[in-house]
Parts: sequence; C-alpha cells; structure tokens
Amino acid sequence: MKKHLLSAADLSRDDAELVLRTAEELRSLADRPIKKLPALRGRTVVNLFFEDSTRTRISFEAAAKRLSADVINFSAKGSSLSKGESLKDTALTLEAMGCDAVVIRHGASGAPHRLANSGWVRASVVNAGDGTHEHPTQALLDAFTMWRHLGSRNGGTLDGQRIAIIGDVLHSRVARSNALLLHTLGAEVTLVAPPTLLPVGVDSWPVETSYDLDGVLPKADAVMMLRVQRERMNGGFFPTAREYSRRYGLDGRRMATLQDHTIVMHPGPMVRGMEITADVADSDRSVIVEQVTNGVAVRMAVLYLLLGGSEPAVGGTVAGTVAGNVEGEGADA
Amino acid sequence: MTSYLIKNARLLGGDPTDILIQDGRVALDGDRDERGHEVIDATGLIALPGLVDLHTHLREPGREDAETVLTGTQAAAMGGYTAVHAMANTDPVADTAGVVEQVWRLGREGGYCDVYPVGAVTVGLAGQQLAELGAMADSAARVRVFSDDGHCVSDAVLMRRALEYVKAFDGVVAQHAQEPRLTENAQMNEGELSGRLGLAGWPAVAEEAVIARDCLLAAHVGSRLHVCHVSTAGSVELIRQAKASGWSVTAEVTPHHLLLTDELAASYDPVYKVNPPLRTAADTEALRAGLADGTIDAVATDHAPHPHEDKDCEWAAAAFGMLGLETSLSVVQETMVDTGLLTWADVADRMSYAPARIGRVTDHGRPLEDGAPANVVLYDPSVRHVVEAADSVSLSRNTPYAGMELPGRVVATFLRGRATVLDAKLA
Repeated sequence: MKKHLLSAADLSRDDAELVLRTAEELRSLADRPIKKLPALRGRTVVNLFFEDSTRTRISFEAAAKRLSADVINFSAKGSSLSKGESLKDTALTLEAMGCDAVVIRHGASGAPHRLANSGWVRASVVNAGDGTHEHPTQALLDAFTMWRHLGSRNGGTLDGQRIAIIGDVLHSRVARSNALLLHTLGAEVTLVAPPTLLPVGVDSWPVETSYDLDGVLPKADAVMMLRVQRERMNGGFFPTAREYSRRYGLDGRRMATLQDHTIVMHPGPMVRGMEITADVADSDRSVIVEQVTNGVAVRMAVLYLLLGGSEPAVGGTVAGTVAGNVEGEGADA
Repeated sequence: MTSYLIKNARLLGGDPTDILIQDGRVALDGDRDERGHEVIDATGLIALPGLVDLHTHLREPGREDAETVLTGTQAAAMGGYTAVHAMANTDPVADTAGVVEQVWRLGREGGYCDVYPVGAVTVGLAGQQLAELGAMADSAARVRVFSDDGHCVSDAVLMRRALEYVKAFDGVVAQHAQEPRLTENAQMNEGELSGRLGLAGWPAVAEEAVIARDCLLAAHVGSRLHVCHVSTAGSVELIRQAKASGWSVTAEVTPHHLLLTDELAASYDPVYKVNPPLRTAADTEALRAGLADGTIDAVATDHAPHPHEDKDCEWAAAAFGMLGLETSLSVVQETMVDTGLLTWADVADRMSYAPARIGRVTDHGRPLEDGAPANVVLYDPSVRHVVEAADSVSLSRNTPYAGMELPGRVVATFLRGRATVLDAKLA
C-alpha cells in the first residue's frame, strides 16, 4: 500500500485484495460482544470534513474507534472558497496538534492530493470524497459487498462479473472510484446514464457505456444505482425527474428482469421514487444496509493498513492468513 | 547619456555586426572608434528589436501585492521587452481616461519599459455598456487596444458596436474568446483528463464558437479584430480561414500554450491553472504551426501575477494565470527556434514588429537600422538554465516553469538607448 489513499487508482490488485481480506477479518468483530481491537492505540485520526456527510464521517469514526485510535472530528464547513480558513492553514493546525491520519472530505476535486503532496502535513491522507473526483473507500466497500455476495460462486474473485452503475456518472465520485477499482479487480463495468450525464472522454475509461438500462439489466451480476442530486434536476441535464425515473430508474418491473443472484446496491443517501423505488430498495436483493456495515469494516482495514503496517489485524482465528497478535496483545479479549 | 558600442552581435541571428547606441538611436555603419562609448562584447549574442507584449497584467492599481507597474515593467525588461500593453482588469478598471493615464504615467516614471494601457471595452468589464473608448484613445495614453480580457464580450450586439466604434481612431478590439455559458465554473481543458480528475471542463468549442462569430462580425463591419491567447487547434484553423478571406483578423499565442499541456493538471497544482486552460499536445502542435506560418501574428505573454496564497490552495479555489514576461523568449527558442519552425528574424516579427503593428505603437517594433529608436535586446541562445521561481523580479512567484530547464538568457535590454538590463541584471 502507498502512504495515502487518494484515488482507487492508487491500489494495485494485490493492495485491493489485501484490503478486502483484511476487511473480512475485521468484519467478524461486528459479531462479537466487544467490538474493539488495540491495533491503533495511541494513534490519532482526524476526520476533516469540509462538506456535510454524516454517514461517511460516522463510518470513519466508528472504524477508527474500533481500532482504538483517538478520533478528532474537525468539521470545517465551507472552505477557502467561501473565504473561511484556507485548507493550508487548517492542515498546518492539524499538523501542529499531531495526527497520524487525516480523513478528508472536500468539495474541491484534488483537495486530498494537495493535502498529501504540498508538505503541509506528514500524516497519511485518506480521501473520503473530493468534489466530483473520487471516493475510494466507497468503492472498496462496494467491491467488498460484491465480493461477499458474488465471489463464492465465482472462484473467490470478481473476475468477469458484470457490474452496472446507473445514474449521474458525470458528477459522481463514487462512479469514478468504482470504475477504476472494479476494473482492477477484474470485473466488467458498464456505466448507464443519459448522454448528458456521462463525462467527455468516458470512452477512454476501462468500462463499457450504455444509454439503455433495459438492455443492460438482464446481464448484470450487480446493479448500483447512483443518487441524482437535486441541483442537477434544474441544470438541464434531463427534462424532468419523471422522465429520468422512467428511463433510468430501477423499479419493480425492471428488477424482475434481473438474474436470480443479482444484487442491488446504492451508496446512499437514496432519493426514493427518483432513481430507485421503495419496493426495490427494501427487497431481498437490496444489500444497501449491508453496504453500511461493510463500510466500517473496509475503513478499519484501510486505516489499519495505512497506519498499522503489515502485521495481521486480528489475532488468532480468522481466514487462515492470520498469525499472532497485534502488538503482542490479546486482541481476542 | 551613456553610449554603447555593441561589438559582434548577430543582428536577427545573422552575421556579427557592431551596433552603436547613441542619443537614443541605433547606428550600424557609423563610428567604430571605441573611445567615448561603453563597449559591450556581444560575441555569440543575438540582437533583436526590443520586444513588445500585447498582453500583460501589471495589477496596479488595485492589486499591488501581486505586481506593480514598476515591478512588472522590471520583469518585462528582464525578459527583453521595451513595451508592454497593460490589461484593463485592474481595480478600478481601466475604463476611463483617468485610469489609463495613471498607468501610462507610472510606466514612464519607472523607465524600465513603455506601458501602453489597454482600455476596457465595457464599463467595469461588466459587458453591459461601452466604456468611453474615445476618451481613452484621445488621452495622453493614446489607447488603441481595447479588451475586457478575463471576460468575453459575449453579447453579439455589444461586440459589433465596439468593433465599429473603434474604427474612428484606428483601434482594435482584443477579444478574450470564451462563451460564458459553456464554461461556467470551468477549471481545465475539457477532455479525457478533466473527466478523470473530476474538474469541470473548459471545452475548445467555447473558444472557437466566439472566434468564429467575431471573425464574421469583423468582416461584416469592416473592422479590426484581435484574438487574445488562442489555445486550440480549431481556433488556429478558424483564423487561418479568416485571413484567407482577407479579413482584418490578428491573433496571439502565449508561451505557455506553446509549451505546456493539460497533463500538468493531474498534479492538482494550481500553478498550472490558467485561462484559457492548457490544452493537449495536438493543440500545442497546431499553435506552433500557426505561429510559424503567420496565421498567429504574435507571441503575447498573458503575464498574470498572483500572490502566493491565491495559488497555495486547492485547485478550484486558486486564481487563473501564470507569469510569463521573463521566460517568454526562452520558451519561444525552445518551442519555435530550436525546432526549426522560426528563424530569429521571424522571432523579431512575432515578438516585436507584429505586436507593435497590431497595437499601433510607432516607437517600438522597428527594424534595427540607422536612425531607428534604440530599443534593443541582446540574447544569449547558447546557455541553458533551470528556472527558479525565486529568481524572478516580479512580486509574484507563480511561474509554471520552475524546475524546468530552458534555453537562453536575456543579457541586455535597451529602452531608447538607456540600458534597463545589463549583464542579465536590472541596470
């Protein structure tokens, strides 16, 4: 693993699989009465959120706390764009306080790159979503969820699995990170969107694209619906919400065309009735709630691997890859 | 005033010649007696007419933390310039005779480089109402170039009226061609990379559509149009067609668009953020070809100083623009001369004669012949150096070339016979 996680492109296949295996080990913690490991005891993780994102922040917070790290939540709403404190000064403040990892969510694409590469902080930087660029831990939790559901019938990998990602690809950091990571993991990604919501140059991405949802669904092994943000509805990207739903929304009729094993995913928050109907979101195929659970495990794995090094995360018992205890302590306590 | 005898300079890159600079004039075949003159051994150096920049941001009045007329003209002198056109987007905007006269006078007082203020086309650069173009033309600054640079005169009627109106005093409208709706919040060249980086795209068509319209307007009303900082292959082709049709259209290209490409944005380092944005390698290729065949008339720097904090931040929050005055001749050597696309005589045309002609500047951009005003630059093309941002005499440090090795060095600059740069230092 590199020092920072800024883009899904930072992960080799070995790196990504290591994250998934580690997350699998750590996920078992959720079933234990005491959900805490000492792996990052004495380490400080800062959640630096320039944008509101309660679910991502609490997911990272839970992940860090379950690894016994000290967590500082720094909510800097607004940014230097709105003439608040600059990213640089915020970074220097954190550096002066001493921290080992900075989890950053920022409205400007590339802000995590600046934080990691400008010499402002020495900590590892984890991109928790930057502008319309990337959201690599979301891609990891999505891949982890797919791997748990699809891997067992596919030799333990996502090789050749067909993943359809549907919606506002143009503005979606989730789509960018997923396209990169799923390609790295051997899956075949198809992006489905109206032409106005596909970025220029998407033909050079390692994905297929389609404007026709009904043609893609029957072949998919996993279907990921993206949120359509309210501000896009007035941006002239499509005529009306109703037309969008009719052409690109996932409803019960479309769900019936899926293969039996196909799962339905959504990074949240959902706009029920827009890109996904309630009966689909609440159906047996939906793994949307499980994605949240997996998010904590994957973020634990990322923080552990970036900060804790190469030793196994969990002492003793899981998955055959594990030997010994972290820092010589009884992690199974 | 000191007189200089420049020995063995290669005039426009030709054979070694002695050049006498005396009483503000050039003499080529005169007194070769060294007595009474300061002798400069210019063996190996190239003598060019003082360079003329059509597009400089001096920031004064208003942003004296970024640049002043004095520091900007010092940077210009270091780059071999003897005349610069100061863009109108100051605070207050250069949209009245008072402001342009102030800027012009500050240039005179500094004495490093003649400053020709560019007048705003519209009041406050707001694109609503014509500024008093005639008053600026009649002022002591004798404004001939009008531009809302930084903003496009996107309203077709307003652009038509401006083109028509400036005919009364042989002015020219220098258009910053950028269709505003197609470039809302645009951050970098729209292409594969902008999609990957998640930065809002600035598509080539937003420049080309305005250039096409303006060429047609200029032809329709029989006026002069100048296109600022052409950045795309398509724009070059449009201008080529306009010239072939016999229309009075001229164009400039910046050094950075000749050398740098959008790949640099992948660093998210805002030192590469500029408007129009860095384009693709195919675009730089077309720009070089256009400059070589005369489709693009001039090199203009778009020197755009910004204080450190406006670049030491995330990309979207950063200001557009980069320094250019001190490095332009080196970049032109690297991209145009060393590649065989231009001779040094061509460089004199693209960086001195043509911009002076477009700006209707009579005291600059003249061939170095007997009796011509002694605006001269001596340039050593044989050395290579690594650009250091801290070496700039500009108040700002936002050079995109820092750490890059470039050829050549300006050794001396003379403005009307007075040395502004000697031994590659401010005199």
